[in-house]
Amino acid sequence: MIARLSAISFNTFREAVRDRVLYNLVFFALLLVAAAPLFGEISIGLEKLILVNVGLSAISIFGIIIAIFIGIGLVSKEIEKKTLYTILSRPVRRWEFIAGKYLGLIMTLVVNAAFMTAGFYLALLVASRGLGKDDAGLLVAIYFIILEFFIVTAITLLFSSFSSPILAAVFAFALFAIGSFAEDLRNFAALATGATKWLATGAAYLVPNFSALNVISQVAHSQSISGRLILLNTVYALLYSLTATIGAILIFERRNLK
Amino acid sequence: MNTRRNTIAIAVLLVAAFTGSVLSLNGVEAARGRQATLEEILYIPSAKALKRMGLGYSGVLADIYWTRAVQYYGQKLATRRPDLRYDLLYPLLDITTDLDPHLIVVYEFGSVFLSQRPPVGAGQPDKAVALLEKGIRNNPDYWRLYFDLGCIQYFDRKDYKAAQEAFEKGSENPKSLIWMKTMAASMAERANDPETALNLWTRLYETASDEMVKQNAVQHIEGLRADHEVLELERRVKMYQQRTGRLPSNWYEMMHEGLLAQVPMDPADKPYKLMPDGTVQVEDPDSIPFLTKGIPPGWKKSTKP
Repeated sequence: MIARLSAISFNTFREAVRDRVLYNLVFFALLLVAAAPLFGEISIGLEKLILVNVGLSAISIFGIIIAIFIGIGLVSKEIEKKTLYTILSRPVRRWEFIAGKYLGLIMTLVVNAAFMTAGFYLALLVASRGLGKDDAGLLVAIYFIILEFFIVTAITLLFSSFSSPILAAVFAFALFAIGSFAEDLRNFAALATGATKWLATGAAYLVPNFSALNVISQVAHSQSISGRLILLNTVYALLYSLTATIGAILIFERRNLK
Repeated sequence: MNTRRNTIAIAVLLVAAFTGSVLSLNGVEAARGRQATLEEILYIPSAKALKRMGLGYSGVLADIYWTRAVQYYGQKLATRRPDLRYDLLYPLLDITTDLDPHLIVVYEFGSVFLSQRPPVGAGQPDKAVALLEKGIRNNPDYWRLYFDLGCIQYFDRKDYKAAQEAFEKGSENPKSLIWMKTMAASMAERANDPETALNLWTRLYETASDEMVKQNAVQHIEGLRADHEVLELERRVKMYQQRTGRLPSNWYEMMHEGLLAQVPMDPADKPYKLMPDGTVQVEDPDSIPFLTKGIPPGWKKSTKP
């Protein structure tokens, strides 16, 4: 099972790395990170703050775009090229195919994030003429961004398991936008009464909560992030991704591929 | 059979993972503590910057900011702490109205949130006036904002001249209701008269469409009614004393003397209390929030929700 999973995931990684869209996006992300010191030039006393905010936001946004645009093609491309039938005719189970695809894309995203992080720290080094102790705290924000990728990839895979690539992209982007406002949804649920409260609470738990994973503003202001939050966010991101991936597996298991 | 068992196992795993995610999310919220509050919403305090970043969708942004202002107010209010502060309320309302200057509801409700005394409001009538003046500048045809401004000048700032000016200006609008002129006249002639206050709250009750505003007006009307009744009952107790040479020990003695038709009831439907010194008190001042007369000495407002 491990061998089959790693074969599918490494193939997915290799395929994604060959994708030109990926390089374009990484190039733009690095360009934005590199340009961040220039934004700082036009303001007073905020050079580093702008660099951190823009740099980390670029890593997050471009990573999410990559996750969605590559994620939507994971299943459909295999069906389109008819390679899925070759894979499934071998002793590979459907759930192994989905899990392998998920892990492959995660691998791609982590490698990309590592490249972008290197670019970001390089820009920070140039702009601040050195790195301080506080700059290590920025890695927590990057770690949370990677956790965001875990969730976004899983929900993209879930949508692409039953809809067309375009619709899957629309659904995934919409859910990402809703998840970014999950805090408001929870606050609304806390103040609502009756059936509205139940509905809002249910919706707040159902949509992914990206608010807790976005600590860019805090780390930009050198605020520390507690170890407990890091642990709980990790558990949450892993369990939510697992839920969405299992959902994708359930749908894919029942899908008629003829 | 095997496939079915697999599906059931996967479904069970899905439910378990989702339950785990819900529990861990609760843990995340608890761990975030203050970080998770709305205090962080002013990272972009400039509406101009927000407008540009919103790519022209300033209407939606205004709606979001208004929702956040209401949530901020509601969350603070729910704590019922006596040392409550609403520091972010005005900036939130200001940003919302910068984003959408024609969002009338923000001026109307926001000014009420700002002007009322703590803990039910921010106790910032000056800022409420600033918000309403901004609303009037942006929506000069909406006469109701003049009425709201007049009420805040009258009730919260006790600036009767400014209240008169607001009612007068509002009455110049052809769409305004006829009694706006009467209000302006009342301010000029007998601003201190409780009748004037009662009249204002009654008009507010009649013209308001929102249940919360109506409820607030009812509470003020009940407070004024109880104030008036306490004074009237104490006057009648004195009449009884003049006639009989002693103070009454209960309401029935006064009914027997023809000074009362029945046991007097307060707006909360509880009988007024006749004290041995001839003063009159209400049974439960908490049930009449805006009461100023008949409050037992040393009584403290309840902080219970």
